[in-house]
Formats: sequence, structure tokens, C-alpha cells
Amino acid sequence: MISPLATRVPTAPDPTLRGAATRDATISVRGLRKTYAVPEREAGAVAAVRSLVRRTTREVPAVADVGFAIAPGEVVGFLGPNGAGKTTTLKVLAGLLHPSAGEVTVLGHVPWRRDRAYLAQITLVMGQRNQLHWDIPVGDSFVLNRAIYRIPERQYRETVDELVDLLGLEELLPKPVRNLSLGERMKCELAAALLHRPRVLFLDEPTLGLDVSAQRRIRAFVAEYNRRHEATVLLTSHYMADVEALCQRVIVIHRGRLLYDGDLTGLVARFAPDKTVVVELAGDAAPELDLAAYGEVVRRDGGQVAFRVPKAAAAAVVGRLLAELPVVDLTVEDPPVEDIIERVFREGGAQGDVASPPDGAAAREPSDGAVAVPAGVSR
Amino acid sequence: MIAGRAAGPRALLGLYRAQFAVHLAAQMQYRVMLAIWLIGLVLQPLMYLVVWATVARSQGGEAGGFTAGQFAAYFLVLMVVNQLTFTWVTEVTEYRVREGEFSPLLLRPVHPIHADLAENLTYKLLTLTLTLPIALLLGVSFGADFSPPVWAVAAFVPALGLAVALRFVADWLVALLAFWVTRMTAINQTYSVLTIFLTGQIAPLSLFPEPVRVVAAVLPFRWMVAFPVELLLGRLSARETLVGFGAQAVWLVVLVAVLPWAWRAGVRRYSAVGA
Repeated sequence: MISPLATRVPTAPDPTLRGAATRDATISVRGLRKTYAVPEREAGAVAAVRSLVRRTTREVPAVADVGFAIAPGEVVGFLGPNGAGKTTTLKVLAGLLHPSAGEVTVLGHVPWRRDRAYLAQITLVMGQRNQLHWDIPVGDSFVLNRAIYRIPERQYRETVDELVDLLGLEELLPKPVRNLSLGERMKCELAAALLHRPRVLFLDEPTLGLDVSAQRRIRAFVAEYNRRHEATVLLTSHYMADVEALCQRVIVIHRGRLLYDGDLTGLVARFAPDKTVVVELAGDAAPELDLAAYGEVVRRDGGQVAFRVPKAAAAAVVGRLLAELPVVDLTVEDPPVEDIIERVFREGGAQGDVASPPDGAAAREPSDGAVAVPAGVSR
Repeated sequence: MIAGRAAGPRALLGLYRAQFAVHLAAQMQYRVMLAIWLIGLVLQPLMYLVVWATVARSQGGEAGGFTAGQFAAYFLVLMVVNQLTFTWVTEVTEYRVREGEFSPLLLRPVHPIHADLAENLTYKLLTLTLTLPIALLLGVSFGADFSPPVWAVAAFVPALGLAVALRFVADWLVALLAFWVTRMTAINQTYSVLTIFLTGQIAPLSLFPEPVRVVAAVLPFRWMVAFPVELLLGRLSARETLVGFGAQAVWLVVLVAVLPWAWRAGVRRYSAVGA
């Protein structure tokens, strides 16, 4: 489990850190594959009758080949479009699914054996109806979980106090779950899932469907839990804000294969070869100018013009713009991470060299451009 | 007991206590639903009671060895025994598997059968406080002929306990089919019709033709409900009683032995097709 992984696990902002990750990885996945046998028949009555006699199934690969290692205390974002295999991978890691091939250990356990000792140290938050009983007050579900996980009285008190405090659950404990709003339920669901102080958290879309402030609260909470208990967190989310706020590292999978594994800035550096330079021009100067000379004009809105400029040329272009045009305001931006991710997904299938992210130096390149720009550099 | 990595008895006791407290509170929240449930539970045996008592009276006071008063006693004892042995695990399991609510249960470091058993026992103890007085009241108003010998009352207690265990395990095994069958409704229907017939809920088994009685006795059905009822009514000889206990014990041992195997196979299937 140890040495072969070291060569396979790609990229890290800091090679020494990643070395540690492979040595005592909390989560280690190698050559993971999971195919589902899906019943299949053609449309029509004849086919329906035929399928009664002889069922044909088709092998559908959900995860084709995924491998990574996660060090203790890491918070890793697990990204990919719908159907990429994220949830399948999480389910394998949590012990719900038996993989078709591959080696997986989490905390030294093989997850799908579901040893009590393993289950007592992990949690999987998936959807909103896992931990809590629909009909009983939240507090009662907590008491039940206390018995299920055999949490010692004192630790239970401390944990509940802590969770109530961090998530603001005071008012919610006596309420039956069916009377809670979506956001309230998610908070309680998370709390219930953490009562036994798991060392590894698998969070599948923990902020799905929540309003912005509830999302922020969940985010802050996960970060705080990770900090306090040095828990390892693997989370999927469609909200890049979650990933940006929580994860130093992201793992991107696409069509069941690893596409990228490294830090978020590295992802931007690798998949966003361009910068966006936005200038605000004084007066009505804009219409007459030959703006295309500076770069590809992607947007033009009155005096405001946005150029797409190759990253390497960005500094020079900014210099020229400032020197030659009546610039009132100028910003240099990376494309939004959402756009980058989208682009990764779009191009991902075609890309030959999957999972070979940039080297550490490239990853550390300042993402906001090297030029000192007078008018506030924003992202 | 299940899967060979059982939790310690003390921890399990704690789990059952917590489950008990919580489910009691939960079920108390649904008093109206509980009452409606109870009406169903009372009405069905009451219907058969009235029908069979009428038959007995119209046939000169007796039908198939039961007087009207004995029919009343039979169906009222049956009502209580049925309520105490009844489970809903087949329906619940189908729902869980279909809705993906089985996964969270698999992730708990404790076998899900314990939660089911605890919930079931809670429900029974709670409703017993109502069914028992109702049965007594109906017994008086229908002139139930109920005067069991003392030894039968004593033997009834373990027979009832074994019946509760047997029916619970049998139901749980049938419920596990949900891992293989997508639409369990047909199987659940068949099973519940068989149960109603072969456990003596429509009529005492002695009124059925020989082949039906043999089937009910060879399969576990008779021993899940009818046996303790007949025992308490003093309708069984000492020998028949011993045979009954033997049948209960054998079936219980067999089913409990099959359970972990079926459970593992079911979970393996579940985790292969996509939990």
C-alpha cells in the first residue's frame, strides 16, 4: 500500500508534505474501479416479454480508474460533473459499496468489511435524511446516536455543547425533524453525524439547496471541526465557494478517471491559460480605438472593455494599455473557478495526459498577475 | 449474535433502553394514528368472532368443536397474541431499500436488527396497555368462555415469547428479499395472506381441512400465533404442548442460523448493485 503509491500519487504544492501523505495516508485508493450491471432491453412489447425469459445486462462503469492518497487532517474537494463517479467513490470509501477492482484503505481498514471499529471512526453525510428520525425531536435522535456509537456520557455532553454552539442548534433540539427547514435540518444532520467525533468525514454535497448564509455557516463549521479535531475531510460540492473556502487540495474526476489532483491555484494555473484584463476607458474614446491590437475583446460595454490575454503576455498588455489608452480603472482577473472547472470537464475527456498537474513552482505562481496595477486588483 | 462480531451485552442493553425511550416518545406523538391502528387490530378478530359465533349458534351451539363462547375466547386471545407477535419489518425494509434509506443503517456500528426489534417491542408494550383491557371488556360482553388450566397459563408465557421471536425472525428473513426483488409488494401480499390463513387468524386451524393443517404445522406459521392461543385456551394436551415447544425451538434455531447468512448475502448484493 505504501511505496507504489508514492510514484502514482501526483502533484503537491509541497513535495515533502505529500511524501508524508503517502507514508501515513488516512485514505489510500489505488486502481479503484466500480461497474454496475444495468438491466437492459429494447423498447416494445416483444422485447419486454423476451426480457422476462432472458435478462440482458450491460456493464456500466461508474469509476474506471481512480487513485489518490489523503493525509491526516487534509480537507480535499472532490470535483467532477454529474455522473463522474464522485458519489460512487465516496460510497466505496464509506463502506457501502463493494468495488469491482482496486485497493482501498481508510484508517487502515478495508471499508466494505464495515468493521465496527471502522464505522465508529467515520461518517458519511449524504442527502438530508440519514441520521435523524423524522418523527422525533432532534435531541432524541442525538440520544439514540449516543447509544448507537456508545459515546461516553462526558464526551457526549462536551460534543453536543460544542456542536450546539458552533452550529447554533439551541432552538432546534426540541423540535421534531419534520418541522425543520432545509437549512436547519442539514445543520442537525451534520451535528448528528459528528457526535461520535469521527476522524474521517465524507461529505456529499453538504450545502446543496441551502441559502448563502446557511452555506457559509456549514462551511465555517466544517473548517472549524477540521481544525479542532484534525479530522480528514473529503467533500463533494457543486458550489465552488465551498471548495475555495475549505479545500487546499482538489481531486477532479471525469468519466470515472482522475483528471487532476493538486491544489486549487495549480488547477487555475493549469487549466486557465488566459487572464482577463478589464479596463474602464475615459469618455467616449473607446469606439474609435483599435482595441483588437491589445488582445481578444470578449466584452464591450460602453467604456468598459474586457480582453482575454494569454497569461504570459498579460503584464506587457497591461503596460501598453496603461501607457497608450486613457485608462480610468484596470483589473486583471483569473477566470472564475467555476469557468475553469467547466472547461476542465469539457476538455477533460479529450485530454491525453490525465492527472499530471503542473509542478510545484507553476502552482505557486501568483494568480493575480505580477504587475503592480494601480487600480485595485480584484479577482 | 448476528455476523459474529456482536457488541457487548451491556452496550446492547444501553441501545435498547435508548431506543425504547425514544420510540415510546415518538409513538406517543401519533396517538390518533395509534388509535386508528388499534381499531383495525380489534375489528378484524371481532368480525371473525361475530361470524363464527353466529355459525356456532345456528348449528345448534357448536361448530368444529367451538361453542359461541369459545369462539369469543379464541378470537380475543388471538387478538392479543397477534398484536404481540406482529411486525411490519417486511413493509419497512422494502421502503428502506427502495428509498435508499438502508445505507445509513449499514453505516452504523451496530446491526440494524436491534433497532427494529427495540422499536417493535416498544410498540407492543405500548399498545398492550390498550389491547388487554379491550380484550377483557369484549370478553365480558361477548360471553367468552375462558377458563384456562393453571399449567396452560404457565406454559403460555414461554410459548408466547418463542412465538414473538419466531415471527420476528421469519418476517425479517422475508424482508431481506427486498435486496433481490425490486417490487416487494407481491411477495409481501402473499406472505401476509399466508400468515393470516395459516396462523389461525381467520378460523381456528382445527376447522381447516387436514392438508392445510399439515402445511401450517410443517411451516413455522402455526407456531408463530396459533400455538400459544390454543395453549392458553386449554385446547392442547401435554403431549401436543411439548411438540409445539419443540417445533418452535427447531424453527427458531433454523431461522436464526440462516439469518446471518441471508443478511450477508443480501448486503453483498446491495453493495454490488449500488447502495
